[in-house]
Amino acid sequence: MTGRFTAKALRWSGYVLVAVILLFVILPAIVVALTAFNDRAILAFPPQVWSLRWFTRAFDYADFRKGFWNGLTVTLWASSLALVIGAAFAFAIHRYTFRFKRTLEGILLSPLIIPHYTIGLGLLMLAAQTGAGRGFPLVILAHVIMVLPFVMRSVFISLQNLDTRLELAASSLGASPLRILFTITLPLLLPGLLSGWLFAAILSFNEFTATLFVSSQATQTLPVAMYNYVREYADPTLAALSVIYIVVTATLLTLANAFLGLGKILNVDAH
Amino acid sequence: MTSRPLTSRPFLGWFVSPAGLVAVSLVAAMAVVFQYSVRTYIPGSLDVGGFTLQNFAALLRPLYAWAFWATILLCFQTAVFTLILAYPVAYALVRTRSPFLRSFILIASVTPLFLGEVVRTYSWMIVLGNNGFLNTLLLKLGLVQRPLQMMFTTGGVVAALVHVTMPIMVIMLAAGLSHIDRNYEKAAASLGAGPIRIFLTITLPLSMPGVVAGFSTAFAWTFSAFATPQLIGGGRVSTVSTLVYQLGFSSFNFPFAASLSIVGLALSLAVIALMKQAARPLERLGAAT
Repeated sequence: MTGRFTAKALRWSGYVLVAVILLFVILPAIVVALTAFNDRAILAFPPQVWSLRWFTRAFDYADFRKGFWNGLTVTLWASSLALVIGAAFAFAIHRYTFRFKRTLEGILLSPLIIPHYTIGLGLLMLAAQTGAGRGFPLVILAHVIMVLPFVMRSVFISLQNLDTRLELAASSLGASPLRILFTITLPLLLPGLLSGWLFAAILSFNEFTATLFVSSQATQTLPVAMYNYVREYADPTLAALSVIYIVVTATLLTLANAFLGLGKILNVDAH
Repeated sequence: MTSRPLTSRPFLGWFVSPAGLVAVSLVAAMAVVFQYSVRTYIPGSLDVGGFTLQNFAALLRPLYAWAFWATILLCFQTAVFTLILAYPVAYALVRTRSPFLRSFILIASVTPLFLGEVVRTYSWMIVLGNNGFLNTLLLKLGLVQRPLQMMFTTGGVVAALVHVTMPIMVIMLAAGLSHIDRNYEKAAASLGAGPIRIFLTITLPLSMPGVVAGFSTAFAWTFSAFATPQLIGGGRVSTVSTLVYQLGFSSFNFPFAASLSIVGLALSLAVIALMKQAARPLERLGAAT
């Protein structure tokens, strides 16, 4: 029975290994949380006196407030636009053949490979050349470009899992293409659309590098404001903000997992 | 298929044209980068002069040549370490039978992806700093006498970058692993192969497409990283991204910044293509089994 013993030993060492790696992934979040509740201005572990003062400061700091509202505006516009544009395009590449299909798909997926600072730099210079300026439309366009690949992927996966016989049935009963789209296809795609929108929103809210290039003082989002803060101050205010970030993001992802099935969305479920 | 009647593709124009507009603006932005890269820089002005190849010639200076080399090395190190750490996690994620453990591993490994580079980098600054978590721990345990210098080192940058690229690597490896037909493993087991042998001869080769995809994505993402080398490297670790930003926003030399990012992009694409080429025999190994 040595074989069984080896298998067991292997499995347990596997568990330990994975636990250690996950600790590496989670450790920074734990350290940030410890720092955020520490009363002292310099980083010290473990905290001697606990306090919420850095959270108060994070909420009171004008740049963060403005960055939050700017970011929210950009995020809502960008993720909603990306959802409509990306879902329609994913539908078209899944169902139809048309000219320049692969080229168009390749271009829209290219932000996954092209560095974000290159795209940011290009959009900035494009705006300067066309006289468009660094307003919200430019920032929103940059975000749409950045999150579109993720929306396309998410919608495409749910299209692949969709049973087309339901559409055929509706068609054979005399439903028009428009009616089929709105009463059959879209409702069935809803989980994929919702998760695509959610991913786009979270990614857009956190997008940093391209935003740094295309935003101005008036349009800077929260990550840009945070970056500017960390270069100027060394106090734990950012730790407090980071804790809020981590809690909100983890909660959203847990909810997405419970209601939409995160494994299915990310295409990592065992077959 | 090409001669299909138009009626079988209802609303095609409506579905494609918004995406087409986005693609056009992206192509236009890239075209502007190209155009600026071959124009003369006029100091103190945002306008650019006539055609020149001077920007590309200047990239051969040691400072910039070194930055390209350092960036590629950094990306390579990061991708290798990320692969080594992400594989066991992806394997556990796909193979665990406990739904609770599955959800926990998935959320724990994916959450950092959605936090953004700034939050992730900031948390690593607190971990690695001279008064940071690791140094405090090491000092308290008596393992070191003086704080270790971890900030502003390449090692610190790599550690933080591995953390940044872990989630995407886990997702890609898990996607690859989840598509493997388990019957191959069962067949090998019934023929008397042990778990290690099954893993090395069946599972690992069959997961090669996921490995290649994950490795090249991690490489490209590291190449794109800006906040991490800037804040943790603190100017002592020069990468293409930090140089582009300095040239653009400190000296407003947009033509040079443009040529730097063009060459950077070309190098990164070339390395990824080379890696895919090199990994072909490995992938074929997966396809053959």
